[in-house]
Amino acid sequence: MKRKSLVVALLSAGAVTLAYADITVGVTVSATGPAASLGIPEKNTVALMPTNIGGQKVNYIVLDDGSDTTTGVKNVRKLTSEDKVDIILGSSTTPVSLAMIDPAAEAETPMISMAASAAIVEPVDAKKRWIFKTPQNDVQMATAITEHMSNNGIKTVAFIGFNDAYGEGWWQQFSKVAEARKIKVVANERYARTDTSVTGQVLKMMSANPDAVLVAGAGTPSALPQKALKEKGYKGKMYQTHGVANNDFLRVCGKDCEGTFLPAGPVLVASQLPDSNPVKKSALEYINKYEKAHGPGSVSTFGAHGWDSGLLLAHAAPIALKKAKPGTKEFRAALRDALEGLKDVYGAHGVFNMSPTDHLGLDQRARVMVKIEGGKWVLQK
Amino acid sequence: MDLQIALLLGQDGIVNGAIYALLALALVLVFAVTRVIYIPQGEFVAYGALTLAAFQAGKTPGTLWFLLGAGVLVAVIDTVIAVRAGALGRMKRIVLWNLAYPAVVAGLVLGLEPAKLPLVAQAALSLVIVVPLGPMIYRLAFQPLAEASVLVLLIVSVAVHTAMVGLGLLFFGAEGSRTTPFSEAQFTLGTLNVNGQTLWVIGSSIVLIIALYQFFGRTLYGKALRATAINRVGARLMGISTTMAGKLSFTLAAGIGAFSGILIAPITTVYYDTGFLVGLKGFVAAIIAGLVSYPLAAAGAILVGLLESFSSFWASAFKEVIVFTLIIPVLVWRSLTSHHVEEEE
Repeated sequence: MKRKSLVVALLSAGAVTLAYADITVGVTVSATGPAASLGIPEKNTVALMPTNIGGQKVNYIVLDDGSDTTTGVKNVRKLTSEDKVDIILGSSTTPVSLAMIDPAAEAETPMISMAASAAIVEPVDAKKRWIFKTPQNDVQMATAITEHMSNNGIKTVAFIGFNDAYGEGWWQQFSKVAEARKIKVVANERYARTDTSVTGQVLKMMSANPDAVLVAGAGTPSALPQKALKEKGYKGKMYQTHGVANNDFLRVCGKDCEGTFLPAGPVLVASQLPDSNPVKKSALEYINKYEKAHGPGSVSTFGAHGWDSGLLLAHAAPIALKKAKPGTKEFRAALRDALEGLKDVYGAHGVFNMSPTDHLGLDQRARVMVKIEGGKWVLQK
Repeated sequence: MDLQIALLLGQDGIVNGAIYALLALALVLVFAVTRVIYIPQGEFVAYGALTLAAFQAGKTPGTLWFLLGAGVLVAVIDTVIAVRAGALGRMKRIVLWNLAYPAVVAGLVLGLEPAKLPLVAQAALSLVIVVPLGPMIYRLAFQPLAEASVLVLLIVSVAVHTAMVGLGLLFFGAEGSRTTPFSEAQFTLGTLNVNGQTLWVIGSSIVLIIALYQFFGRTLYGKALRATAINRVGARLMGISTTMAGKLSFTLAAGIGAFSGILIAPITTVYYDTGFLVGLKGFVAAIIAGLVSYPLAAAGAILVGLLESFSSFWASAFKEVIVFTLIIPVLVWRSLTSHHVEEEE
C-alpha cells in the first residue's frame, strides 16, 4: 500500500512538471499598505504584459505583499516552491526587495525588482547575480538635481525627507553629490508619510534661509512640506524627487507646486520628447496601452517600472527558450544569463544595456528634468 | 529659536492638540461606557475627511456603499433575532434605521450632485453617511460580546480597525486628498499670522467639548451614559439599556471622529490610513487621563500637540519617538499613584 501511494505521488509529481511547460511568472507587488500608490499601477501593468513569448504561453501569478518585508519573503518562498515560477517580478519598495534577495537566490530564480535603491543590485555577488532592477538609481536622480541647482546659481539648500528608507537613502546620496558640487546643505529634516503637520521642520529650514529646498518623498505626502513652506512665505526654488511623478500629486498640491523642479523618467513627459529621442516610441507605447485600459491621465511612472521588468523578460525569454524548457532549473539559469546579456532594450524609462557588473543598465537617457507649469509636467531642455 | 518661531510652533501644537483632544474624549467616552479600547476611532477621521473630499471631487464616496451594506447586514441579523423572539413589533425600527435611512441617504447623494452644493451641505452629507457607521459597527462587532473581557474587546477592536483600513484603501485609493478650507481669512495677531481654518478647529473643539459637558450633565441620555459608565449592573437594574448606551456612545464617537476629519482635511493631506496615527495620539492623551477623566484627557491632548510640534522643530527624525515615549513616565506615575483594581471575571 505504501509503495503504491509512493508511485502515485511520483507520477503526479511528474504530471505537475509537465503541466508547467508554460513560462510561469511570479509577481509580488505592494498593492496595499504604505506603498500602495506604487503597487497598484504595477499590478494593473501586469495585466498588460504579453501572454505569449516566443510561442510559449506565459502565466502570471500576482501576489500582494502589503508593503511588508515578511510577506514579501513568504510570497517568494511560495512562488518558488509551490508554483515553481521561472522568474519573479517585484517588489515595489526597496526594503521588501532587499529582503527578497536571499530566498530568490536560494531557489536560483532570477528576480527583477521595481524598487529604486542601488543596494538591490550592487555589488553583483553570488546572491545578487540573480537580481535585476528597472528603476533609475537614486544617485542618477540626485546628480540631475545638483546639476540643475548649480546651473541655476543655488549655493545653499535645505533637505526634508521621509522618515524611512526612502528619505534616508536620498539624504545619503544627495549630501554626497551636493558636496561635490560645492552646494551647502544647511538643514536636514525628516517627517512621516502620515504626518498632519510639518510646521516645526518648515520653520527650522526657513530660519536657515536656503536658496532652495529639496523634498525627498513619494506620492501625495510630498505636497505637505511644500504647501507649508508656501504658507509661511518661503520664496526660494523648490525641488522634488521622481517619487512624486504621478497626477495625484498635482491634484493635491495644486497651485502651491507651480515652478517646482524634479528629475523623472522620460515616460512622464513622453509626448514632449523630441522625435529623435530613442525612448519616446517605447514610452508612448506603454502610455497608450495603460490609458486604453484605465482611462486618460491614469498612467504613472511607477507602473512603467513594472512594464520595463516585463519588457526585459520578453526580450530574455526567447533566448533562454533555445537552451532549456520552462519549469526547469536549467531554464531559470539560462533566463538569468539572457537577462545579463541584454543590449539596447528600449523601455518606457530608458535604454537598458545589462552587463555582469551592471544589473540595471540604464544611462543618462533615463532621466530628464521636469518643471511643474500650469498644473502640468513640462520638460526642461 | 526666537519668540516668533515659538509662537508659531505653539499655535501649531494647539491646533493639533485640539483634534487629539476631541479624539481623546471619544476614546474615554467609549471606554467608560462599553470597556472597548476603541482603536478604529481614527478611521472615522479618515472616512469623514475623505468622504467630504470625494464629494468635492465629484465622485460618489465608497462609504455610501459601506453604509448600505452594513445596514442590510444589521437588518438581517436583527430580523432573525426578532422573529425567533416573536417580537415582530421591533421590525418597524429595524427597517427604518437600517434599510430606509441608508436608502434615503443614497437617494440624496446620487440625486443632489454634491459637488455643486455649498461646503456646509457637503460636510453635513458626509456626517450623515459616516456617523451611522458607528452604531452599526457596535451592533455587528461589539454588542454580541458586550460582556466579554477587556482583552477580547481589544482584539475585536484591532480586527475592526484592520478591516476598516482595508476598506478605506478600497474606497478612496492609496493617494491622499485635501478639501477646500471653511474660511480663507487671514488674521494678524501682533507678529503672528493666524488663518481662518485654525480658528475653526480650535473654536469647534471648544464648542464640542462644552456641548458634551452639557449633554452629560443636563440630559437624560447623558446621565444614562454616565450611570452605565459608573456601574453597568446598577444601571441595568435602574432600567437603563446597556445596548442603547453602547450604541449611543459609538454614535457620539463616530460623530466626533468624522467631524475632526472634516476639520483637519483643509489643513493637511488625509490618507486612507492617516486616522490610525492621529487616533493613537488621541490615545496617548486618553492614557494620560487614565481613560476616565475628560478634562485631564483634553489637557493631555494639548500637551501631546505641543510636544509634537516642538520636537518636530528640534529633532524631527525623533518626533514620534518622543511623543510615544511620553506614555512610559505617565504609566509609571499612574501606577504609583492610583490603586489597581483587578477586573472582575
